[in-house]
Amino acid sequence: MDYNGSDTLPGPRAEDHLPHTAQAAAKIVIVGGFGVGKTTMVGSVSEIRPLTTEETMTQAGIGIDDNYGSESKTATTVAMDFGRISITDQLVLYLFGTPGQQRFWFLWNGLFEGALGAVVLVDTRRLEVSFDVMGRLEERGVPFVVAINSFPDAPSYPLPELRSALDLSEEIPMVECDVRRRASSRDVLLTLMRYLHSLTMTGSLR
Amino acid sequence: MTPPRRQRRYPAPEPPPPAKPAKGGRQKNPERLYVVAGADEDGARAALDLVTLVVARADPPPSATPEQAAVLRLCGAPLSVAELSAYLNLPFSAMTVLITELLTAELVQARAPIVRQALPDRSLLEAVMHGLQRL
Ligand SMILES: Nc1nc2c(ncn2[C@@H]2O[C@H](COP(=O)(O)OP(=O)(O)OP(=O)(O)O)[C@@H](O)[C@H]2O)c(=O)[nH]1
Ligand SMILES: [Mg+2]
Repeated sequence: MDYNGSDTLPGPRAEDHLPHTAQAAAKIVIVGGFGVGKTTMVGSVSEIRPLTTEETMTQAGIGIDDNYGSESKTATTVAMDFGRISITDQLVLYLFGTPGQQRFWFLWNGLFEGALGAVVLVDTRRLEVSFDVMGRLEERGVPFVVAINSFPDAPSYPLPELRSALDLSEEIPMVECDVRRRASSRDVLLTLMRYLHSLTMTGSLR
Repeated sequence: MTPPRRQRRYPAPEPPPPAKPAKGGRQKNPERLYVVAGADEDGARAALDLVTLVVARADPPPSATPEQAAVLRLCGAPLSVAELSAYLNLPFSAMTVLITELLTAELVQARAPIVRQALPDRSLLEAVMHGLQRL
């Protein structure tokens, strides 16, 4: 613990206080490769200045060149950006943007478990970096939508071609966005919520 | 130019089984998909989530450690475990240990998060959609 009780006490600004009526919170996770716009998206819709939380992961070493037979443990610190949107006086939504190496995201206990759903941000210059995370979300039954972040120099494929390249089934929404714009980020989140809503109608949410 | 192609590792999900009626016959509330985590677990306290809201129940007692006092000072208004961890610069798991101590000492209250479950809660999703539309 490195908390130091100094004079500059860290904490929320007065306008960042939630009302006492806040009863429960829900979370959404934003995933995607390096530099795809996760932090930008969290920042553009959050009502608080985005914050960072960390976790230390310990993993048994799995190095293939480890011929000493030692059980080497490696500790990695994973940091995550997050923001907040008050929905009502009772309900709060948190958005978590997962940076860094994808293999660590799923070791963070409780990050995906319980999340209402996920947004997979995709950069068409590096489509393949999102393949692994999509597979893992499917495996865990975490519902997701795909948002194509349009960078100026990125190749522009027709959406049906992208859908087939990502092997996305028809019902999974795919939208284009510019997450630097609040309205665009909000629309991505609305797309996710409408999709989750449609799943409750067909009863296919696991 | 064609994009690279994903090789799906798992077959397409099975079509969902027909909704099962709740135990005891009649489905009381078929719309609940999201539930408050741990709300109906008897006795055992639900694990703290990143978005569990923590609220102070008392001022720091003289016996409180500096870390405990800092948490109590921060959560005069409800604050998520993630926010506490960010403001106090403590890893999430260290934060949960600290909050668990405070829960045991009955100095804070924890408000369990809403988590994805097997039965729908459309009204929650609708509330979120309305909230987002106001942004
Ligand atoms: N043109 C364009 N640029 C964007 C968009 N979103 C983000 N950027 C820019 O892309 C850069 C990276 O964005 P970040 O939000 O930091 O990306 P990230 O996914 O958090 O990156 P890592 O945390 O490093 O993985 C920044 O310079 C953004 O301004 C977008 O929608 N369109
Ligand atoms: Mg980032």
